[in-house]
Amino acid sequence: MAVEVKSDLGYKPNQDIFSETLQRLAANDRQIIAVTSDSRGSGKLVKFGQELPDQIVEVGIAEQNLVGVAAGLASCDKKVFAVSPACFLTARSLEQIKNDICYSNNPATVVGISAGVSYGALGSTHHSLHDFAVLRAINNIIIVVPADNYETEKATELAAASQIPVYLRFGKKPMPYLTDQKEEFVFGKGRVITEGDDVAIIANGETVYPALQAAAQLKEAGINATVVSMHTIKPLDTVLLSRLADQCKAIITVEEHSVNGGLGEACASFLLQQGYAKKFKIMGIPDEYTVTGSQVEILNHYGISEAGIAEEVRELLK
Amino acid sequence: MTTTDLAIKSIQYRKKILKYILGAKAGHTGGSLSATDILNVLYNEVLNVSPGNFTSPDRDRYVQSKGHCVEALYVVLADKGFFPETDLETLCKYQSHYIGHPTRKIKGVEQNTGALGHGLPICVGMAIAGKKDKKDYRVFTLMGDGELPEGSNWEAALSAAHYKLDNLCAIVDKNGMQITATTSQVMNTDPLDEKWKAFGWAVREVDGNDVAALKDAFAALPFEKGKPSLIIAKTVKGKGVSFMENQLKWHHGVPNAEQYEQAQKELDEKMKQVES
Repeated sequence: MAVEVKSDLGYKPNQDIFSETLQRLAANDRQIIAVTSDSRGSGKLVKFGQELPDQIVEVGIAEQNLVGVAAGLASCDKKVFAVSPACFLTARSLEQIKNDICYSNNPATVVGISAGVSYGALGSTHHSLHDFAVLRAINNIIIVVPADNYETEKATELAAASQIPVYLRFGKKPMPYLTDQKEEFVFGKGRVITEGDDVAIIANGETVYPALQAAAQLKEAGINATVVSMHTIKPLDTVLLSRLADQCKAIITVEEHSVNGGLGEACASFLLQQGYAKKFKIMGIPDEYTVTGSQVEILNHYGISEAGIAEEVRELLK
Repeated sequence: MTTTDLAIKSIQYRKKILKYILGAKAGHTGGSLSATDILNVLYNEVLNVSPGNFTSPDRDRYVQSKGHCVEALYVVLADKGFFPETDLETLCKYQSHYIGHPTRKIKGVEQNTGALGHGLPICVGMAIAGKKDKKDYRVFTLMGDGELPEGSNWEAALSAAHYKLDNLCAIVDKNGMQITATTSQVMNTDPLDEKWKAFGWAVREVDGNDVAALKDAFAALPFEKGKPSLIIAKTVKGKGVSFMENQLKWHHGVPNAEQYEQAQKELDEKMKQVES
């Protein structure tokens, strides 16, 4: 399938689509409640708060209470979305996610906004490069990282109906649609954007787009890539992974996360234990405090870009 | 229930708490004994919750923030018919659902607790939900005085006052001791009443081992319309057994056979006094 790689222009950040979708759902379902920690501005929930004031709970800058309150609301059958920057939400209130949401099975949705290195030059305090790793080790939570506006809308709808806790992770960058949006979107099933037998590029979130750009560049050089949006890290689509391992000569994973404990290691763990010994590369942020810069500058610095991913693929296939 | 009936219940509960801690060879003895009268009055006089209505959205909610004192909760829940008391013979045993902290696998337990400072934020969420749904249910949590330095409690305290949650009551089991030393030695939180009042709560102090005083306090809820209520229940750690009272080692000390017999004998003597 040939894919036209489109310009960023005219597209919205995923977290904008999240808030629009949530507001649409909440307008027809009074059980939906957004809980914020002085985060309705960055979470794009100002309009939500104005139009549905009874369905938003502000707790102030108090992330532990944010998640505890969300758990209590969820235990009373509210469909809760606890929205806060991913850096704080999955660190400061990790114990509340682990115990109050997951262990007690209060099926709230925990929404990490401005995730990864979205905050750019604000530095390490504001980066969330650990959230996949810590949440993967916690039982009873679905971890979803939508790549485009389509996945974001669908993921938000599914989270509102989920009977078990969900973590949604969004960035701030406007994201183009990756396909014509006709395929089914379900948690735990990777979305194949384009197919090729030489290499499988498995990415998630905002890194799927540069992976797709890299695939287009590689195609011109005669290298055919499969590109997958592995939006759900847990449960991982192991059926798709096995197929890709059978089909492709090499596998490369890309994520806006530490190379430790994220998408790449989840894939590697499965494949190794299944007996696959493929050429394999994990692209992400190395185990260091990131270089100073904007999100794009940081990602480019670590090769998470069209050029960087294409180069890694060429190296891997040598 | 009469005050005498409640006093008898408390002694029965204490005897059972010790029995199942002995059987489990584990438990938080001192804190379970200090909290016994509070749980007794809550479940027998205050809470609108029973095995029959436990899934009703209109039931009262009780979340035990000091989850380590689960033995007291389990004994009371068994007495109220949530599960057969014989289940407690499996407490902390391999593959038992009755683990050493409250778990929703056990009927009657609202929330899984054990990590400290978690009960109050959850209860704030439950109380907000009650207000939004215009329900009459009330929400209660029991905290230990040793867990009050957890910052999450104070985050929740702010929000409870902010949202005027007069359907919420927090009880502090102020037994004055924790695992290392007295609470004032480890991290002083006094004056508790002034702190909570400053946070916007209506506060009442009560003898937390006096069932009549507890009953009166709960009957007066909410202490002030538009404010969450805090009961500072002054208790004795290890209450009811002379050699366990105010002794640090009984924080999670488990009696040997001889100590167990001595404790049961003391409680039987108290029972005779109350009954006469």
